[in-house]
Amino acid sequence: MRLAILEALNAERLARRAAALATQLKGGEVRLVKASDVAADPLGEEIAARFRSGQSGIVETPAGDVFLTISVPPPRLVVIGAVHITQALAPMAAIAGFDVTIIDPRTAFATPERFPDATLVADWPEDVLKKRPFDAYTALAAVTHDPKIDDIPIIAALQAGSFYVGALGSRKTHAKRVDRLTAAGVSAEDIARIKAPIGLDIGGRSPAELAVSVLAQVVAALRKGEVAR
Amino acid sequence: MTAHDVLEVAEGWRRAGRKVALATVIETWGSAPRPVGSHLVVDDEGNFEGSVSGGCVEGAVVTEAIEAIAEKKPRILEFGVADETAWRVGLSCGGRIRIHVEPVE
Repeated sequence: MRLAILEALNAERLARRAAALATQLKGGEVRLVKASDVAADPLGEEIAARFRSGQSGIVETPAGDVFLTISVPPPRLVVIGAVHITQALAPMAAIAGFDVTIIDPRTAFATPERFPDATLVADWPEDVLKKRPFDAYTALAAVTHDPKIDDIPIIAALQAGSFYVGALGSRKTHAKRVDRLTAAGVSAEDIARIKAPIGLDIGGRSPAELAVSVLAQVVAALRKGEVAR
Repeated sequence: MTAHDVLEVAEGWRRAGRKVALATVIETWGSAPRPVGSHLVVDDEGNFEGSVSGGCVEGAVVTEAIEAIAEKKPRILEFGVADETAWRVGLSCGGRIRIHVEPVE
């Protein structure tokens, strides 16, 4: 393998984009397939499926076996709202392997005492997003109940093609949210991607049980949904 | 160390002028200790980072990698209970693994 290919692969990893190395096992020829090249690649279908599963492996081709080294970014969970549910959701998601960030501009909620082990940002989501925008491998859980805080990151996550967008609130609250997002120019198709009320219906009552239902829904979206794009 | 870090180490070593090979687990059978896609980076002095077998066959892989670097050609290695040498190199977990070793030029 040439150093240039390794450098290009590492650049994709750093930018949180999926990429694959296709190595011809007979002869050892290597090529890099970026996420943006997948559609045009002869092994595109196979690579797209493996971007979803994250599994490297051998594929048989008419020209002999090819090993696909699959590189997908670690999934990120951004929680808007340093609330009670978040105190349970953040550590659970971290254990499940997510890189967790909590954002809440209300400094009374976003205190290190309440979130001792989490990445906590006491700032407005729109300001945080400028520095670290959402991407396809981000899950967003908006749980403040406050449209002033929740709406902008929800729209940003839909635009970025984030693999999961969930929002807390009753059906009535969500109906109002749909009206606001529609007025803001968000398409009906995008709005339909929002999981609301948030979480799988497992009958959870306590904040911790709700956190389980949210995390399960996020994992389902990651493992069964269309993450790569 | 994650696969991600190993690839960055490989790039860093090569950029620093060291001769480097990358070993990758390409196939496993049975209870192999490290999953397909795991990497080990080796330089021509036998320094290494990462893991392809959790320690069982790293020594043998490092030796083969040094040869591959000298030869400037990739090679495929196989270790397992079906292979008598497996006991010599110590993949005693009962699994079998195939490893691709390629010099980074």
